Amino acid sequence: MSILSGWGQYPRLQAHLRKPQSSEALYALAQNSGPAIARGNGRAYGDSAINSHCTIDMRALNRFLQFCPDSGQLVAEAGVLLGDIIATFLPRGWFLHVTPGTKFVTLGGAIAADVHGKNHHKEGGFGAYVDWLDLLNHSGQILRCSRSENPQLFQHTLGGMGLTGVICRVALRLRPVSSGWIVQKRQVARDIGQAIALFEQAQDATYSVAWIDCLQRGAAMGRSLLMLGEHATPADLPPKARATPFAPPKRWHLHMPITPPSWVLNRATVRAFNALYYWQGARGPGHSLVDWDSYFYPLDAILGWNKIYGRRGFAQFQCVIPLAQAEAGLRSLLAAISAAGAGSFLAVLKRLGAQDSPLSFPMAGYTLALDFPVTAKTLALMQQLDTITCHYGGRIYLAKDSRISREMFHQTEPRAALFTRYRQASGAAGAWTSAQSERLGL
Amino acid sequence: MSRSAVLILGAGSDMARALAHKYASAGHDIQLAARQVQRLAADQADIELRHGVVVSLHEFEALDLGSHPGFVQGLPSLPGIAICLVGLMGQQAESQTDMQKATLVMRSNFEGPACILGLLANAFEQRGHGILVGIASVAGLRARASNYVYGASKAGFVAFLSGLRNRLARGPVHVVTVLPGFVNTKMTEGMALPRRLLAQPADVAEAVSRATQKRRDVVFVKPIWRLIMAIICALPERVFKKTSL
Repeated sequence: MSILSGWGQYPRLQAHLRKPQSSEALYALAQNSGPAIARGNGRAYGDSAINSHCTIDMRALNRFLQFCPDSGQLVAEAGVLLGDIIATFLPRGWFLHVTPGTKFVTLGGAIAADVHGKNHHKEGGFGAYVDWLDLLNHSGQILRCSRSENPQLFQHTLGGMGLTGVICRVALRLRPVSSGWIVQKRQVARDIGQAIALFEQAQDATYSVAWIDCLQRGAAMGRSLLMLGEHATPADLPPKARATPFAPPKRWHLHMPITPPSWVLNRATVRAFNALYYWQGARGPGHSLVDWDSYFYPLDAILGWNKIYGRRGFAQFQCVIPLAQAEAGLRSLLAAISAAGAGSFLAVLKRLGAQDSPLSFPMAGYTLALDFPVTAKTLALMQQLDTITCHYGGRIYLAKDSRISREMFHQTEPRAALFTRYRQASGAAGAWTSAQSERLGL
Repeated sequence: MSRSAVLILGAGSDMARALAHKYASAGHDIQLAARQVQRLAADQADIELRHGVVVSLHEFEALDLGSHPGFVQGLPSLPGIAICLVGLMGQQAESQTDMQKATLVMRSNFEGPACILGLLANAFEQRGHGILVGIASVAGLRARASNYVYGASKAGFVAFLSGLRNRLARGPVHVVTVLPGFVNTKMTEGMALPRRLLAQPADVAEAVSRATQKRRDVVFVKPIWRLIMAIICALPERVFKKTSL
C-alpha cells in the first residue's frame, strides 16, 4: 500500500498502486484487478485518480507511435505528457490545439477530464481534437472509439473521468504554428462588470484569460487583468529571433524546497500580493511577446508549487456559471469570498464556449477558479460557494474537486444520472471506480 | 556528423529503454536486440519519433551461442558501443533445488553475456575502436545466502569483464563494468527497498553514458554502493558467513 493524493495533497488515501510497463502487462492487470481506476501524472487536484483497491499508474506507457506531418495527427500511448509532445513536435512546427495550465498532465488524463484551455470560447475543449482512442473496457477488450466507431462510448469517455475504461492509445490532431511565441495584449478591468464586457468584446481573440483579485469589495469587486493572446508569426518576432522561431525559451525552474507553515499565506500577504500584481499589470505595456512556456504554463516554472499551502494541502474551487446569470453569479461568489477574507493569489476568470457532452465541464458561461488551503473555515466557505453555483445553474469541475457533497453534486449535475445509467448498462460501473466516483455516487 | 550506432543487448528491460533514449537523444542510431524483438516495435517508433535517429530491431537469443556470429554479421553496421543488459535474477529457493533453473540463471548472467561481448570485442579490436559495456551487479562482488546463484554468476561476469579490459587495455577498445545496486524496474516492483539506495532506470542510463564518455573502468550507479560494498567485502569470512544480508 502507498499513500496517494492528487495535486492538492488533500485527501491522502491508502491505495495499491500498480505500474504496468507494457500494454500486455496493462491488459493482464486489468483482467485480474477487480475495480480499478487509471491514473496519469496525478495532476487532478482531488481524489479523481485514486482507487484504494487498484490504481493503475499509466506513466510507463508513454510512447509516441506515429506522426503524420501532412495532417498533424499524432498517435501515442496515453501516458505521454503534454510537455513531451511540445518538446518533440514544436521544433517541427506543431503545437497542441488545446492545453490546460500545466504541461505536466498525460494525454489520457487530459481526455478523461476533457480539459479546456484559454481558447475554449473559440476552439472548444481537448476532446474536440481527439480523432480516435483505444479503450480497454471491463471485459478486457480493446475498443477503437471515435465519432464514427463506438460513438457513444467515445463521447462518454471524453470527460468521463476514467469511468468508462482505460484509455490506452490516442490519435490527437496537432496545430501547425509558425513560432513558439505568443503576442499578448493586456487589458485592465476595474470591476467584474467591465471584465465580462471585455471578455465579450474579445470573442475573436484565440486566447483569453483573466487574473482576478478576489479580495476586493465594493466598487472594485472583481478587478482583473485580462490577457489576450495570438500565435506569433515570424514577422511579429524581433529580427534576431526570426531565424529560430522555435528556439526553446530560456527559463529558470525553481523547486519549492520546503513546505512553509500555513500561516505564511494569510489575508494580509495575499492582499499585498494582489495589490502589487494588479498595479504592476495595470502600469506595464499593453502589448508584449511571450514565449509559449511562460504564456501557457507560468506555474510550471515553480516545480512543486502545491507545497506552498502547507502540509494540510489545498483545494481548488472551480465552477462555471451560465452566461445569462454570469454577472449576478460571479458577484455573489466574489462577495462571499471577500467577506470570508480567504482569497488566493491564483484566481482565474475565463469565458467558456458552448459544449454538449455527457459529463465534460464546460458550458457557455464564465468559469472562476481559485485555491484555498484546507481548513474547517475554507471548507465551509467552499460549501457556501457550491450553493451559490447551484443557485445560478452552474456546475463544478470534477478534475479540481476533492470535497463536494453527493447531494450538491447531483443538484448541480442533472447529467450525472444519465451518465451513471450508461455506465451500469454498459457494464463499466462495476469495473472502474475512483474515490471520487464513490463519494459522488457517479 | 552522425554518431556511431549503439547496440543494446537485452533491450526489453526498463533500463534498456532508458539507455536507448539517452544515446538516441545524443544522436546515436540504436540497434535493439532481444528475444521476440517485434514486441519492441512501439519503442522503435517512439525513439525514432522523439530523437530523429534510425532504430533497428534484431532477434537475439543470448543462450544460443551458435547464433552469435550470425547475429553480429546481421547488424546493419558494427556498433561503436555495445551494452549488454542480458541477465536473469531467478528465485534463490528454486536455484538451490532445481539444477536446471540454477543453470539457466548461471548461463543467462555469465555464459551468454560473456560470449557475445567476447565476440564483439574481437570485432572491435580488428576494426580498431569500440566500447563494450557490461551491466553486472553489486551482488557479484560478494555472493550472499539470499541470492548466491545469481551473485556467483554475476561475479563470473565481473571477472570476465575485468580480464577482457586487461587484455584490451593497450589497444583502442575499452571495457566498462557497471555495478547497479537496486534499480526501480519490473524486477524490483513490489519489493520494499530503501529509497536512498534505489536508482531509477534513467540514473543507470546517465551513469553509463558518462562512463562511456569518460572511459571509466568500473562504475557504481549510486556512489553510496561503493561504500556499502567496500564494507561488505572487508568483512572477514568467519564474520560474513554468519550475517544475513
